[in-house]
Amino acid sequence: MPHAPRSGTTEDTRLRHVEHTMGTVFSFDVRGAGAASLRAALDAAVCWLHRVDEVFSTFLPDSQISRLARGELALSRCDPDVWEVMRLCEDTERRTGGWFSARYDGEFDPTGLVKGWAVERAARMLVSAGVEAVCINGGGDIQLHGGPWRIGISDPHDSGSLVAVVAADGELAVATSGPAERGCHILDPHTGEPPVTDLASVTVVCPGLTDADAWATAAYAMGGERARVWLEELPGAEGFAVTTDGGTWHTSGFGRYASGVRA
Amino acid sequence: MNPFRTNPMRRVLLGTVATVSGVTALLALKPHTQTAVALPQTAASPTTPSAGASSPASASPSASSSTKSTKGTKGTKGTTTTKTVTGDTIQTRYGPVQVQITLKAGKLSAVNVLQVPQDNPRDAEIAQYSVPVLTQEALAAQSASINSVSGATYTSQGYISSLQSALDKSGN
Repeated sequence: MPHAPRSGTTEDTRLRHVEHTMGTVFSFDVRGAGAASLRAALDAAVCWLHRVDEVFSTFLPDSQISRLARGELALSRCDPDVWEVMRLCEDTERRTGGWFSARYDGEFDPTGLVKGWAVERAARMLVSAGVEAVCINGGGDIQLHGGPWRIGISDPHDSGSLVAVVAADGELAVATSGPAERGCHILDPHTGEPPVTDLASVTVVCPGLTDADAWATAAYAMGGERARVWLEELPGAEGFAVTTDGGTWHTSGFGRYASGVRA
Repeated sequence: MNPFRTNPMRRVLLGTVATVSGVTALLALKPHTQTAVALPQTAASPTTPSAGASSPASASPSASSSTKSTKGTKGTKGTTTTKTVTGDTIQTRYGPVQVQITLKAGKLSAVNVLQVPQDNPRDAEIAQYSVPVLTQEALAAQSASINSVSGATYTSQGYISSLQSALDKSGN
């Protein structure tokens, strides 16, 4: 029997961790580094998520975002991460034709983008620490590296069942938006009202979760045919949707990710 | 009634039931309870506001006990037959609960709930709501061999009854 060439590194090393922050739950599934370094990298990623919550939470009165909104903190004195998120929000608003918006009642509210961005960055931290396979699920939105991974897409009409399975091996994000589990938290930025839509949920698959999450939100707000056409033309992304009458549709390239779709 | 007289069988039951109970976001087990069968109290809490406050406290010891028991399943690998095991009846704060589990080749293939609280309309409602839903989740997660679940954003509370929570606890 040949010996493992690298001491302290076994492919079998695997850690799972569940962390509650930002009003939701983050599930980590990481493998493929030495046990000690895997634990250290995981701890760092968890710290990062809490740090993001402290800076960006609109529910914490002392967060930088809350103080910025009250005019108590100048943008120039904010953490550079705040500038980055602000820039990403502007980019996303432009790319979605205004269907994604980080303005709520005239104030800067990046909540719709921050979680995906934080998870994407946390996953990258783990990869740069030598972790071979990373799966982070933040409240139902997932960033993957390495693999192989199989990701189920929850049926919005029956949360205990799956409507599709996405297979991944490499950098990939899977984000799903809809009113299913949290009540309708998405507003049509043009009307300020919950969107009038025939969609029960929209899933977007692309390399990074910042984009996937924000694009799924935008597509859900667009609704129906508009979302489908927009996702079809969006470079580097594929979409899958479940309609309110229980039907499904997907963009033409979604099939290369789908390992199973409900008939 | 206890059909598990030998040690290995006991471990099969404990491990399997731990998976199920882990999957079903657990509840108030009495500390001295021998068989880890549980009803998903926490999942039912949205329909019982009065249970909300006590849920987090009771969920955490239960979760750790299921982790411990799951290790016991390691010895059952390689089983190729179909087995049906019936758990002890457990007294929960909502009433008696009993489940029956079918294993095929050592894998959970079916969960039947033999006994759930029926004493008053509210209990019956809780049981009907939570037990079948979470049973289906356990099976869906098993059959699809998935690592994670994408769905519309859930809150901390919503996570408890989510398929992702089931996966996190089952360790698949």
